[in-house]
Amino acid sequence: MPLDRDQVIHIAALARIGISGAEIDAYAGQLSGIIDQFEVLNELDTTGVEPTGHAGELRAVMRDDTPAESLPPDDALSNAPRREGQFFRVKAVLDE
Amino acid sequence: MSEYNWLTIQEARALLARREVSSVELTRAALERIEAVEDSVRSFITLTPDLAMAQAEAADRMLADGNAFPLTGIPVQVKDVMCTEGVRTTCASRMLADYVPVYNATAVERLLRQGAVMLGKGNMDEFAMGSSCENSAFHPTRNPWDAARVPGGSSGGAAASVAAGEAVYALGSDTGGSVRQPAALCGVTGLKPSYGLVSRYGLVAYASSLDQIGPIGRSVADCALTLSAIAGHDPRDATSLPLKSPGYSLPGAGADNGDLRGLRLGVPQEYFAEGLEDGVRQAVEQALATLEALGASVREVSLPSTKYALACYYIIAPSECSANLARYDGVKYGYSYDGYSYDEKAAAGMWDAMEQTRRHGFGPEVTRRIMLGTFALSAGYYDAYYLKAQQARTLIRQDFAAVFETVDALVTPTSPVVAFPIGEKTGDPVQMYLIDVCTLPVNIAGLPGLSVPCGFVSGDSHPPLPVGMQLIGPHLSEQTLLRIGHAYEQATEWHKQRPPL
Repeated sequence: MPLDRDQVIHIAALARIGISGAEIDAYAGQLSGIIDQFEVLNELDTTGVEPTGHAGELRAVMRDDTPAESLPPDDALSNAPRREGQFFRVKAVLDE
Repeated sequence: MSEYNWLTIQEARALLARREVSSVELTRAALERIEAVEDSVRSFITLTPDLAMAQAEAADRMLADGNAFPLTGIPVQVKDVMCTEGVRTTCASRMLADYVPVYNATAVERLLRQGAVMLGKGNMDEFAMGSSCENSAFHPTRNPWDAARVPGGSSGGAAASVAAGEAVYALGSDTGGSVRQPAALCGVTGLKPSYGLVSRYGLVAYASSLDQIGPIGRSVADCALTLSAIAGHDPRDATSLPLKSPGYSLPGAGADNGDLRGLRLGVPQEYFAEGLEDGVRQAVEQALATLEALGASVREVSLPSTKYALACYYIIAPSECSANLARYDGVKYGYSYDGYSYDEKAAAGMWDAMEQTRRHGFGPEVTRRIMLGTFALSAGYYDAYYLKAQQARTLIRQDFAAVFETVDALVTPTSPVVAFPIGEKTGDPVQMYLIDVCTLPVNIAGLPGLSVPCGFVSGDSHPPLPVGMQLIGPHLSEQTLLRIGHAYEQATEWHKQRPPL
């Protein structure tokens, strides 16, 4: 199995998803089953093959740096779970 | 049920232009149909009947004033992955269950500017991740041809609403087959445009290098009309191509529709491999015979990198998803975990709140893909998985480029199987992923793909179920694909069949 329990815990931490207990084993099994399918890529000789990041034709599109009207603060905050005045309210950022 | 429920855009437009029907009447008929069948189909997450009636009245004024566009006054369903100002946009996720956008997606805005009538928002797999519509956090959608079966996905609501006579047409989105595959499984027509042709502004991001918005309708001509309305450059999407909508036109009724002489079609053998249902193979082979009878030449071709497409896609799409969905932190918008006890609440910091928000806000398939992508991008695995997949992507693109030196378009099945029973594949992610094996190479290469109804599979255990044929062409060959699909449709009756609902 390509992924063990500790690796799943590590990945979940990187992804900031608080899974725990039996979920960890379930995801280890499912993710390993999927990752097994990726082994087919090892058959492929990719020496010297350039990677493709996207299939678009455009590169490094720039727009003019001109000021324009932006979203009014009340609109930008309209979906905030918690707000305080003109700000998003968050829990304590710093650990003790 | 009213005959209005089964009109194409073209037919509705003609009736509206002759003032034989009003948009209010068309809209009322659609809402009555929804009332009658929605309990068994469940193609909508949110219905907007009051908005629809107001838009219909406005459309009737446009028609009376002689200011009508091709889509004026015609009822549409919009997949719930596109932002709609003032109308909640959930992505079928608990994470966005109460999210109300303050702006419209560009594709939606362009429909509304034409005077479209929005009936509501379509059900889908959560964040467009899935092939059956079973990953919706709200409810599954049922296939109008057999209520025990899935409509396909992720735009399952869009395809089912059109097939069930609820909406005249729908907007879906397609990252690995999510417009074409449900269109095939529901017996309707679906188009995934070339990457960059339709703006992704306001389309909730899943995998940004693969996502495209596309129409689902009752005819190829309807897809052409819808694409004409939504295509073209948008400065708000940096990947939007700098071109105007060309206006896709097809020969009208009575014109010489059938002539495909001189057209070279390729049949990639890799798409007719193991796992393809017999009935699907027979229907597509019969469709090829029809295309030949219409004058096209058909030859076998090979796309040798096809067998790597599934692995390539399921590394690249989850990788992009893991980055895109990092924005759901419970702070700016969307669900925010609030299940702490009084003591925990005081102690819980920002990171813990974020981890709980994401654990409870995302469903299992979204969680799987975020973790899969996080793994593929993580230190020590990047080269083996993400970089390797990007190189495979280059080879898959080169395969297509090589065959398009000798043929104008490719013909394949859209899905290797017909609609499957609800619950059959939910326990095994890999079996579910295999459903997209014919469609996802098209997204990997950024090409256009069109699914057209091409037959039915009958069985002892189920009623007749629709089959879709996929047409694939080079970048920006939409006009060619639409022309082939339209000629085929004129020569067949598959797209006119109605489910026994």
